[in-house]
Amino acid sequence: MTRRITVLSTLFTAFIFLMVLAQPVFASSNSSAANSSTTVWWIWPLLLFVVTLAMGIVAVLGGVGGGVLFTPIVGSFFPFGMDFVRAAGLLVALSGALAAGPGLLKKGLADLRLAIPVALIASAGSIGGAMLGLWVSKLPGGKDIIQVSLGVVILAIVLIMLMAKKSEFPEVKKADKLSTALKITGVYHEPTTNQSIDWKIHRTPTGLFTFIFIGLLAGMFGLGAGWANVPVLNLLMGAPLKISVATSKFLLSITDTSAAWVYINSGAAIPMIIVPSIIGIMLGSFIGVKLLTKTKPNIIKIIVIFILIVSGSTSILKGLHIMK
Amino acid sequence: MAKTTEVSKQESVALGAPEKVSVSATEEQLLYSKILDICMKIGLVGIVLSFIIYASGILPPKISIDEVISKWSDAKTYNTMLSENGIHHGWSWTQFYAHGDFLNLFPIAFLAGITILCYLAIVPVLFKKKDAVYAVLAIVEVLILLGAASGLIAAGH
Repeated sequence: MTRRITVLSTLFTAFIFLMVLAQPVFASSNSSAANSSTTVWWIWPLLLFVVTLAMGIVAVLGGVGGGVLFTPIVGSFFPFGMDFVRAAGLLVALSGALAAGPGLLKKGLADLRLAIPVALIASAGSIGGAMLGLWVSKLPGGKDIIQVSLGVVILAIVLIMLMAKKSEFPEVKKADKLSTALKITGVYHEPTTNQSIDWKIHRTPTGLFTFIFIGLLAGMFGLGAGWANVPVLNLLMGAPLKISVATSKFLLSITDTSAAWVYINSGAAIPMIIVPSIIGIMLGSFIGVKLLTKTKPNIIKIIVIFILIVSGSTSILKGLHIMK
Repeated sequence: MAKTTEVSKQESVALGAPEKVSVSATEEQLLYSKILDICMKIGLVGIVLSFIIYASGILPPKISIDEVISKWSDAKTYNTMLSENGIHHGWSWTQFYAHGDFLNLFPIAFLAGITILCYLAIVPVLFKKKDAVYAVLAIVEVLILLGAASGLIAAGH
């Protein structure tokens, strides 16, 4: 706990330090142009930091990834182009996954044998999605198409969150041929019961096929894809819930990587948007973990669903030019 | 099924991980996690440091903040601005390492490249264990990621 507080306060101090250090740049910005947008430019990274900080807290408490909140909220309420928001969304989700990955792999909760074939399919899909997203946004009216589709996807995610059931230990009577050939099976230690749980999976070809579309959506909209990974791994393929959640989180570090490259190489990575977001969401996640034991998860889940409905609807309304 | 408690504990200890970490983490999994852990920390520290350099003006930006702000609401005009400043598809931004704004992209690119390093590290382990299928899958993944990282795969801008 002491270590976490130290990390937390260090990150916070680092950001304040950044903002103080940024004074020369603020000053040059103000002196070189007199229009109103430049006089308050630094508000945006600062606001971005504050919002992503809150997002990080809510994401942990609500059991969702930061990426799924970041893209619709920042895309709807900040003045950044959607390409830049999607690039930042992918990098935010990527950073979270990279930070969580080592611990999950060491504990054996994220399973590399399960992740490698799934990641191969999903990362190819996410590259396709990123290319498709950038291509669509270049078309006449493409930005609106992206906004509306993002809103529809977000509302679909809400439906999935409301309807999808979870199974802690799904019944897999027999592993299918493909998973047997790939030896996708494992054992993990369940601390609550102090048992070693043997697990295997089934319906592997269908599951892998589904990940083409999950990757496509993740790459196209700059979303972390935990909302889709977990139900597919858990309910469709039959991996235990903890293995599914952890492997899903780890998977994001691979699938988002491939799409992130497409955005970086296309000039869509703006540090002034990305860096405050990454720092904010990671700091928020630390705080969220700290608060986890003191909050009621159901209330937070309702808040997350409400936020997603509002930002998804806003995205649709903005895309349709009903709202500015 | 090559996962046994005894083996994974030996592997854990060999890789410097706590003995009780897992009953299912394989040698390649622990190696992957170790490299990921180190690189992730380097990347995050790099992002913060390079942002300090950018925001403090220690290294002047290639594109002024005013210009970035005035164009960040529209990708098309932003990319026209990049082109006018000699920044094109792919890795052309690397030549501007002496500018705070583009220096910032190095740790971001490093974060995006960590997965490639991790996969490359586990390929020899997989071959050593005669797990040819997974070794090939890992190589194909590296090729996909290198394809994306190469800048050859880009669209829209």
